[in-house]
Amino acid sequence: MRTTRTVAGIAVLALALSACGGAGESDTSGTQAADSAVGVTKDSVVIGTHQPLTGPAAPGYSKISVGARAVFQSINDGGGINGRKIDYKVEDDGYNPTKTVEVVKKLVLQDKVFAIVGGLGTPTHSKVVDYLNTEGVPDLLVSSGALAWDNPQKAPMTFGYQLDYTREGKIQGKYIKDTFAGKKVGYFTQNDDVGRDTQAGLDQFIKDQTVAKQGYDSANTDVTPQLSALKAAGAEVVVCECIPAFTALSILAAAKIGYKPQFVVSSIGADPATLSGLLQDFAKRGGASVSSAQLLNGLIGTGYLPDVAQTSDPWVAYFKGIHDKYIPKEQLTNTLFYGMVLAYTFAQALKASGPDPTRQKIVEAMSSGSLKGPGLTPFGFSKDSHSGYTGGYVFKINPDTTTTVIQQPAVTDRGTGAITPYSGERATPDQVNLLGK
Amino acid sequence: MRTSLPEAPAGSPARPGNRRLPPLVLHILAALGALAVIVVLTLVTDEFTNLRIATVGYYLIAVAGLTLLTGLTGQVSLGHGAFMFIGAYTVALLVRRVPAFPLWADLLLAAAAGGLGGLLAGAAAARLRGPYLAGATLALAVGLPALTRRFQDFLGGSNGLSFTVHSRPAGLAGVVPELRWQTWIVWLSVLVALVFVVNIVRGKLGRTFRAVRDDEVAAALSGIHVGRTKILAFLVSAVCGGLAGGLQAYLLGTAAPGSFTPALSLSLLAAVVLGGLGSLWGALWGAIALVYFQAWSEDLADALHLNTDVANNLPLAVYGVILIVVVLAFPRGIQGGFQRLRGLLRRTAEKKENHENH
Repeated sequence: MRTTRTVAGIAVLALALSACGGAGESDTSGTQAADSAVGVTKDSVVIGTHQPLTGPAAPGYSKISVGARAVFQSINDGGGINGRKIDYKVEDDGYNPTKTVEVVKKLVLQDKVFAIVGGLGTPTHSKVVDYLNTEGVPDLLVSSGALAWDNPQKAPMTFGYQLDYTREGKIQGKYIKDTFAGKKVGYFTQNDDVGRDTQAGLDQFIKDQTVAKQGYDSANTDVTPQLSALKAAGAEVVVCECIPAFTALSILAAAKIGYKPQFVVSSIGADPATLSGLLQDFAKRGGASVSSAQLLNGLIGTGYLPDVAQTSDPWVAYFKGIHDKYIPKEQLTNTLFYGMVLAYTFAQALKASGPDPTRQKIVEAMSSGSLKGPGLTPFGFSKDSHSGYTGGYVFKINPDTTTTVIQQPAVTDRGTGAITPYSGERATPDQVNLLGK
Repeated sequence: MRTSLPEAPAGSPARPGNRRLPPLVLHILAALGALAVIVVLTLVTDEFTNLRIATVGYYLIAVAGLTLLTGLTGQVSLGHGAFMFIGAYTVALLVRRVPAFPLWADLLLAAAAGGLGGLLAGAAAARLRGPYLAGATLALAVGLPALTRRFQDFLGGSNGLSFTVHSRPAGLAGVVPELRWQTWIVWLSVLVALVFVVNIVRGKLGRTFRAVRDDEVAAALSGIHVGRTKILAFLVSAVCGGLAGGLQAYLLGTAAPGSFTPALSLSLLAAVVLGGLGSLWGALWGAIALVYFQAWSEDLADALHLNTDVANNLPLAVYGVILIVVVLAFPRGIQGGFQRLRGLLRRTAEKKENHENH
């Protein structure tokens, strides 16, 4: 066995030479200078995003970039922002974190993007925050409500977009406590920051009403065991903090076992149009046909953007115009709308960074608090906060799958602060006036 | 081991020059040559291509391990991604919890942890064969990542763990880009591991493996402990899987259950078949195909401005079509194709020579 020993010796020597310090040692190189303008030319700005176009989160979410692209097209056709067209590169990561790291490195190193805009997902995006901040790449409007994006000290380039899960949990918790006092509540949450952060909010109000907590993993689409456990625990209200596919799966699983709780769904998975489609699709694959209107009737959800059914809203009307012109064949869902608002908000920040945008300038524009937008509550952006929308409203789905607001918009903080109704004025599309000089 | 025979056995064609070199030395020289090629390759390509080269590296060792298991001992594993999962989480936990450990120790432990998993899986698998074995290993790929949910605080739930590995010596900052350095480390580790694997395949153990694959009864009759051999094959291939997972975690700074779905295990097996079952060169072609077919078909989808639904599924479809075509045309994979081509060329050359002689 002498040769074996030789090989082992060489192997150890080679590996020892390869690294002397500890693998986890902190690096000396800090954040790179952000005053660069990578990706910006005289007539274009290249931006990128990672989206689940395939995989477990694709049902529903794959439409976000479709909506965003339509808005960018409309802006480009109107002459762009300060004369620059927006080149929007969408990479599919399949909701797989390994893939996310690869495609984000591709966008940064190969496509040389100016910024990552609306990177989607908590398990996915959390793997690239360090990288983007080390490389000094603006990481704007992350499509997730995790608290992790709001950390200006550690991640100065990263900004949230959505109402964060703790704030949303507080608004839901208070609503449940007020409306369903004394009823037994079960939590059904995604096994990551979505679940953890939401419960931090819910528990402030309904901890003693809670009888069961169940979680799901996006790789496993059978949720019958969890719903059975919630049924067995006697939960009359089920708070579902799920992505659209899993909201639909939960509703179907509950129906299958004859369980009829009051579902309270958070904004990430409560879009009626998307859910209707998914319910029918999943049921068909299971060999059944269902009435999605019947299944969705009475479902309670939270939101922070106007519902696309509210055609009298000036922003809904504005985006419907873009929708009709560029993507008339796509169904106008709240998910599609989410992507449109995202794109519009980025364009506002780009405009606010002046005629010669740099990475530093767009970060300052994001922090300036100047972004006004389609949301029903304001953004939390400032020097000390990189938090997205700061509040939301509660709605109920009607028998015809339209929605009715049952609690007006309210804002709160991510700590234990009060929930206060919000009635501030929203700027209209005319007042923002993105195009032109 | 009988690797230090002074002379090649009589009758074998003596190749000039390397008659005196024992195979081990040859393999080490070949590995050094390969490392030099990789270093040159990374120097002439951009940083993102470096990442792809590194990706080929860790897939190579994973596929090589699976080749040894499936091609050499005939055990079909549909759960090889599970060993990558073990390796990746080992590195993730070590980097986060024991930051003082050097990288090479992390990687060695990742390989060891993968091996331990393989030992346990192999002990169960040695009693199974064919579809039963495939099913059992598939269960491993499905079930193991669920551990992250069970031990949510420790393993980070579905969100997984993220971390940054700093392996580049401080003196090289500004000289060698981080990704290039990482690519070198990945390939160095892969080549060291490959030297082991090649030595096993070409040595006595490799013959034992093949004997078990070809006829278990005959192997047992000639004194080979079949069960033990099968477990050993599982162990070696799981060590490779663990190392591959560890290298992936090191390279990408992440370990999350969403990356180790059964689809990963299946694509590893597909790469084995595509490259050429039972050939280590095939493992290289398989790993390259795994990384580049995907990338090319994505670029193609981009270039064609396809409808999103088509574009999203194109990479998988292309991969499937290539797999079918290659297997139909060359049942022994890409490497088999190369061999056939070489044989064809030699025969034509001989024919030509014969013609000239007459």
